Amino acid sequence: MTQKTAIGNDQVLLEIKHLKKYFPIKKGFIKKVVGYVRAVDDVSFSINEGETLGLVGESGCGKTTVSRSILRAIDPTSGQVLYRTAGGEVVDLANKPESEIRPLRREMQMIFQDPFASLNPRMNLLDLVGEPLLVIDKMKSRAARMERVAELLKLVGLRPEYMQRFPHAFSGGQRQRIVIARALALNPRFVVADEPVSALDVSVQAQVLNLMLELQRKLGLTYLFVAHDLSVVKHICDRVAVMYVGKLVETAPTDELYFQPRHPYTAALMAAVPVADPRIRSAMTPLEGDVPSPANPPSGCYFHPRCPFAIEKCAQETPTLEEISPNHFVSCHRAHELQLIGVGEPPENSS
Amino acid sequence: MNNLTKPLLTVRNLKTYFKLDEGMVKAVDGVDFDVFPGQVVGIVGESGCGKSVTIKSALRIVEKPGEIVDGEILYHPQKNADANDGPVDLVTLKAHGKKMRDIRGNEIALIPQEPMAAFSPVHTIGNQLIEAVRLHQKVNKKQAFDIAVQALHEVGMPNPERRMGAYSWELSGGLRQRAMIAMALTCNPSLLIADEPTTAIDVTTQAQVLNLLRSLQERHNMSIIFITHDLGVIAQVADFVVVMYLGRVMETGTVDDIFHNPQHPYTKALLESIPTVHSPSKELLPTIEGSIPHPFNRPAGCPFYPRCADFMAGVCDKRTPSLQKINDKQSVSCFLHHDKAEEDEAA
Ligand SMILES: Nc1ncnc2c1ncn2[C@@H]1O[C@H](COP(=O)(O)OP(=O)(O)O)[C@@H](O)[C@H]1O
Ligand SMILES: Nc1ncnc2c1ncn2[C@@H]1O[C@H](COP(=O)(O)OP(=O)(O)O)[C@@H](O)[C@H]1O
Ligand SMILES: [Mg+2]
Ligand SMILES: [Mg+2]
Repeated sequence: MTQKTAIGNDQVLLEIKHLKKYFPIKKGFIKKVVGYVRAVDDVSFSINEGETLGLVGESGCGKTTVSRSILRAIDPTSGQVLYRTAGGEVVDLANKPESEIRPLRREMQMIFQDPFASLNPRMNLLDLVGEPLLVIDKMKSRAARMERVAELLKLVGLRPEYMQRFPHAFSGGQRQRIVIARALALNPRFVVADEPVSALDVSVQAQVLNLMLELQRKLGLTYLFVAHDLSVVKHICDRVAVMYVGKLVETAPTDELYFQPRHPYTAALMAAVPVADPRIRSAMTPLEGDVPSPANPPSGCYFHPRCPFAIEKCAQETPTLEEISPNHFVSCHRAHELQLIGVGEPPENSS
Repeated sequence: MNNLTKPLLTVRNLKTYFKLDEGMVKAVDGVDFDVFPGQVVGIVGESGCGKSVTIKSALRIVEKPGEIVDGEILYHPQKNADANDGPVDLVTLKAHGKKMRDIRGNEIALIPQEPMAAFSPVHTIGNQLIEAVRLHQKVNKKQAFDIAVQALHEVGMPNPERRMGAYSWELSGGLRQRAMIAMALTCNPSLLIADEPTTAIDVTTQAQVLNLLRSLQERHNMSIIFITHDLGVIAQVADFVVVMYLGRVMETGTVDDIFHNPQHPYTKALLESIPTVHSPSKELLPTIEGSIPHPFNRPAGCPFYPRCADFMAGVCDKRTPSLQKINDKQSVSCFLHHDKAEEDEAA
């Protein structure tokens, strides 16, 4: 693996390098450690300022663990999380004491999947959205907070008159707007959204996706957008990273990744998406078998037991991520020789 | 689809209500559709629109305080002596009576929405399959065992004989789904109802399950009612589609008409608002305004009017449009397509 450092480039907001998170598996009365769940197993990627990086993969592949490690909601086992602060300094969030990270927390916020679980039902909107503001001295007065909360509610498309209401009075889509307003209270630069529309009704998903796009344009936000729905990811992301059993298998600009995947797993994921058009019914030749457990992954390339293109080498050697074309990284021994089929339209700037 | 063949199942004006202390939940409020032999009917709609209650009504397994308050559910038995007697109105049968029990499981089988609920955790998959077989067929234990293994084999379960001894919680999501389908198949049903069978599983496993259901349908020539909120899944599996919203049918038609020539404003708006892998990145999507009302706050008139781009004041909020044929394959419940004079004053 090359030790090139992306964050040397000042367009890069965040770079994670060789990130690992192993959860111990404990057994018996004395809780002896009998093994590890390799939830995140040597993952590296970077995110440019103002862009949206999508993190996709099937459940259990480590998306949430990556997100939580980046925001230091959990401590990574090893690796670096390099972040460029508003002041322009690069800090390693993975290896700093909490006291030094705390001042940076204002810049980074998280939006979770379930807008029902993430709002305290006993707090009204003023308190819910205004709570993060309490860390600011001039927001100590209720009047100041009301003014800012009204501004935030308008920003996310809710009426300021709702300030005194409680979450139960709102639908799922409105609750997700409340969650977003709260996340924006302290003017973050970087927002991690973990499956933000997965729990919403189909007719409401589009509203929240549009809101996220509009807020990004207005506020210059950088997003890490975690999802398992490839259609949603295609819609909102500039670049996409695909994970499989704790490892990153491919990352590329969105249109290029969808139209021309270079990893057989990415291609299989694309082919499995049910297309909302009955005239396109052909491509579903499903991948066989199941996703292996990250506690007991296969040898070599973790995908080799299910890969239709696997050769002997794939069972023996773990492939590393390499840049196969500008900005397109793939981790597959056979990436150069395979011709894989994707979906969608060719990217605009391709020949 | 041959329109001259008789439908296997005909649902007319079905109403199933839940009388709660807080008020009446009209979960299903006047639903009409048909299922023809060998047809895959997709019922699509967002959560809470009454998909599960509709099929629970047909199986007569609606939980209390839910009750079928109106309508008929005509089923043509295909097996045994009953086959010549013409259709039975399932609404008039005793929910736990012999006749309904014979139809349930033997003629109509269900793959329920909650995969964990389908199997008991304390009995092996094999014992539960054997029990299901023997409930409806006069066979001895050995024969039931063989039928069960055959069913597991048919759904692509690896090592079916060994898996007979497994517990449901030992299986991966995909294999548990296969075991459930095997369970539904043990009695060779004429109608298989699958309630969101792929909602809880990942996309590559979903593709396996959809392929399996398709091949089973062809092999057995059974009818399937496939319920989902996912328009992509519907497009991939259904022959005929029923679009529901807030307890009512908005539109029915062939899968091609629903996706390429939708007529109801809800169907149109829903199709436009979903992102697809074919649509361009980073562009705003057309949206449907507002959100689905709480079941106690159902609007009077057309249930969709508060969110409808084509809302006609004084019409849509006053009367409820009925489902009317616009051609021989497609029906719509929307005043845009009605001769308004024909509408009754039901609100
Ligand atoms: N706190 C934990 N303890 C043990 N294992 C965990 C913990 N959190 C997650 N895991 C395991 O790590 C793997 C990755 O989980 P997660 O990051 O939640 O995946 P995703 O978000 O992609 O569905 C899974 O196998 C999961 O069971
Ligand atoms: N056991 C019940 N008690 C009260 N209300 C119920 C019950 N089951 C369903 N409902 C209500 O009936 C409506 C339709 O539910 P359901 O058929 O489960 O929707 P879907 O399957 O389309 O998501 C919903 O408003 C739901 O809250
Ligand atoms: Mg997750
Ligand atoms: Mg349901």
